[in-house]
Order: sequence, then C-alpha cells, then structure tokens
Amino acid sequence: MTNTLHRYGNSESFRDDYILFAIPCKGKNDEGAVEKLKTFLRICARHQPANMGNSTFGSYKASPHLNPTSHWNRDYTQDCESVIDAVQKPGTVAAVFEGKQKAEAALREVIQADLGLSINMSTSVEGAQSCCESTGIKRHSVEYSLGFWDPHDHLPNSQVLELSTMCGHGMVSFNMAKKMLDMVREGRRSPEAAVLTLARFCPCGVYNPARARRLLEDARTRQR
Amino acid sequence: MQIDPKKCVACGNCIPVCPMGAIYIDPAIRRATINYDECVECSTCYRGMSQEHLNPVMVRTIRGLAKMFRFRFEPEPDVCPTAAFVMEELEWPRIARRVFSDPLVEHKSTGIHGRGTEEVKTNDVAHRVGLGEAGYVIEFGRPGVGVRFRDIQKMTQGLAAIRVDFEAKNPITHLMTDRSTGELKPDLLNEKILSAIVEIKTPIARVPEVLETVTRVSKQLETVIAVGVSTRCDERGEEKVLSALLDEHGYSYYRAKTNLGLGRVTNVEKVEEAARDEHLASVR
Repeated sequence: MTNTLHRYGNSESFRDDYILFAIPCKGKNDEGAVEKLKTFLRICARHQPANMGNSTFGSYKASPHLNPTSHWNRDYTQDCESVIDAVQKPGTVAAVFEGKQKAEAALREVIQADLGLSINMSTSVEGAQSCCESTGIKRHSVEYSLGFWDPHDHLPNSQVLELSTMCGHGMVSFNMAKKMLDMVREGRRSPEAAVLTLARFCPCGVYNPARARRLLEDARTRQR
Repeated sequence: MQIDPKKCVACGNCIPVCPMGAIYIDPAIRRATINYDECVECSTCYRGMSQEHLNPVMVRTIRGLAKMFRFRFEPEPDVCPTAAFVMEELEWPRIARRVFSDPLVEHKSTGIHGRGTEEVKTNDVAHRVGLGEAGYVIEFGRPGVGVRFRDIQKMTQGLAAIRVDFEAKNPITHLMTDRSTGELKPDLLNEKILSAIVEIKTPIARVPEVLETVTRVSKQLETVIAVGVSTRCDERGEEKVLSALLDEHGYSYYRAKTNLGLGRVTNVEKVEEAARDEHLASVR
C-alpha cells in the first residue's frame, strides 16, 4: 500500500482523498482475518466510498467479455458487493472516501467493531491528524511521503501526474491520463465516463474517481 | 506479453494504455506490436482493457470502409475489440519483470502482493520500526518511467556503503548476492521493471545522512524515485522528532500514511505464547 502513499499534489488537493485500509499481519493476526476484512469492507460500503478494493480488483473493473453494445450504454455502476465477496485470503483491503466526514464516520464504526487488524489512513498529514483527534485515536506510526524525485525531468505536467499517480502501482499510464484530459477538453467524453475509464485500470480499487472528476473539471477550463 | 497478429485490427486503443509506452503500430505489418525490451510484463494491456472477442476480419472490413469515407467511430477507449493480447510463459530472468511489475503477482519472499513488505502498515502488531528509529521505502521507476535493476543496484551499493540495515523480507534484498556491498544478481541487471522498493531502517538521527545519500545517488539514475520515511509516534500519538528533522533539512511532506494503532495479536498460538512468557516472568 505504498501505492496510496505517493500521490501527486499538495495538502489542499487531498481534501477529497481519504483512504482507509485494513491489513492483517502475517503470523500475528491473520487467522480468521478473511471475515474481519469483509466486515471492514461492509462497514466502509455503508458510508458511500468513492471506490473500494480487495488487492485483486476494485469496485470498477474491466470486463473480459464486453458486449459490443457497451459502446453506447456502458455500465458505470459501482459494484462493492463483488469486492467484498471476493475476499478469499488475508490481504489488504481498502476504501476511498471523497471527504473527511465520510471517512471519519466509517472509522468510528471500524473502531467500534474492534477487528484487531491494523487499520491505516492515507491522506494529507493534517487530514489524518484531524481524523484521529476527532475520533479519539492516538496514532501509532506515521510514514511521510517526500514526493517524487526526478532530477532528469522524466515526468509530465502536474495535471497528468495528479490523475495517473492515484494508481500507486502505475497501472494508469501517463498517456491514458493525457488522453482522458484531451477527450474531456474536446467534449468527446464526459468527466464521469473518463474517470471510470481510468479507475478500471487500478486493480487495487484505490483510484479515487471523485478527486479525478474534480481534477478533470478543473483541467477543462485551465490548460497547463 | 504478446499480441496475436491474426487477431489485432490495429485500432490503436492499447497504445496509450501501456504504462511504458511500449506498444506501437508497426507500419510494415499494420498491427500493434510490443517493444519487447521496453515491456515490463505488467499485464495492464491484458487485464486492464475490456475485451469484446469480435471477429477480426469483420472488424477490419468495417474499419476499412469507415476509413474510406473518413468516418470516425468514437469507441470506448479501454477496449480491445478482438481480445488480441496473449499472456506468455516467462523464464528467468525475464520473469522478474512480471513479479515486480504486475501487482497481482505475489512475491514468494514476502507472501504478499506488491513490491514491498508490510512496513509500518502493521507496525502496531509487528513492531518493525520502534521509537527512535526510522524506516525508509525508496521506490524506483514509478510513476510511469520504469527502472532497470542496474540502476537499483547503484542505490543499494550507495546505501550499503553507509552501512544501513536492509529489510530482510524485502524482495530486492532477496535478490542481493552480498548485502554488505548491495550487489544484485548479475543476470538481472539489464531487466526492466515498472517499479521496485528498497526498504531500510536506521536510528532516526541518521535520517539526514541517508536522505543525502539517496539524493546524491538519484542523480546518477535514469529513472524517477519516490521516498517515504516512517517512525513510531509517542504514547500521546504525536510525532515531532522525524518531522522536525525533515523540516530542518528542507524536505517537503504533504501526504502520509498513518497507522491508527488498532491492531493486536489474535492468532491463538501467539496469544498463548505471550501469556506463557508473561507467566514465566511473574514466577521468576
């Protein structure tokens, strides 16, 4: 889940990006963890996550047998149930929230459920601190992202980076992010459709369609 | 990864999908083709695109007619109309590309998906990074650039020279032939992967020295790196030591991963072991 740590942007740009994830520790609390991971996801699903995932697929995923009529009526509905059902063995599960309130509400329920699994929050430093204070949590450990170091200028512009780095395994390519930016600017694709195209490439389900939609809307009128 | 030329209709949908930009339409054969040396076997094209399984001859005919009349069809951009990608069996050393680039492939050394270990994510249970210690995750190649093992080796050699502890369970550590020098298996050095993570741990006072080394070596690498530094919070849940060091040395950090401390040991054997130890200690 270093894949949720390094996202391009400043604190303000993470205002709609709160990720909660649960992970069992091998040999310490992985017995019976599958049911606990499902409970965690069920709690998160009650608080309208923007996305959720089980390390294998997210609530938006590619179809291995797409019906050709999909070009005119693609299904954009979120499928959280299949993410929960598909948890078969101990591993990381995650839910993405588009606001602090929803993340906090989910976290309160997770605390009450007392699952015994390690729970982490990935967002701005201030955002996580604030959530911990309001839910009465004393942080155990913290890992700071020092960002991307690119001494030889390999990286593209900030709009492309903001969109593509939300899949921390690098499955959302720069070129695909750029293509969606262009399609939205040219009126060839709605921001809603564009973000779900990007989200389908992220197999962990940690891509944040809500933040991506805002970034695409911003980019439409503000070329960089 | 391969593209079946009998199935490919050269629609070009897969070209922007590839994180390494390794797919192109070969004008000689009029089919999408993969630059085998640049492909990192991440399977994004195979798994990330939806597949339609249409008849390739029919699709080529329709596309040819539409092209003749300059019609432009606006298809869904993440679809391979003929399911033309073929996942192939890989052998050493090329298989290292898939293991490090495809997040759905489990590393044998860690038993988990992904490029690193559980790091501080389970620190409340595993106590990997303690008070006064700093853990580092130095990630190469991501986003969107990729990295060859020879560049990773430059960093592991640089870090070994200042005598740091490499995380034993990390997949890169497993590929070292000598941890004291940071050398990796020589037959891997030219292999390209999407990303990899080197994990180390030091006393917290050494953070500036380590980051300075990482900065210096990163200038010699033909890739991009992302650095994360972690530590344990105090009993009040506050962390002022590492952040002060980072501030003092001019490192920016906007985002963090926070372990909320809700985990505990629940495996029956481990709980009994802990109770036994406690009992023995009280008897003594």
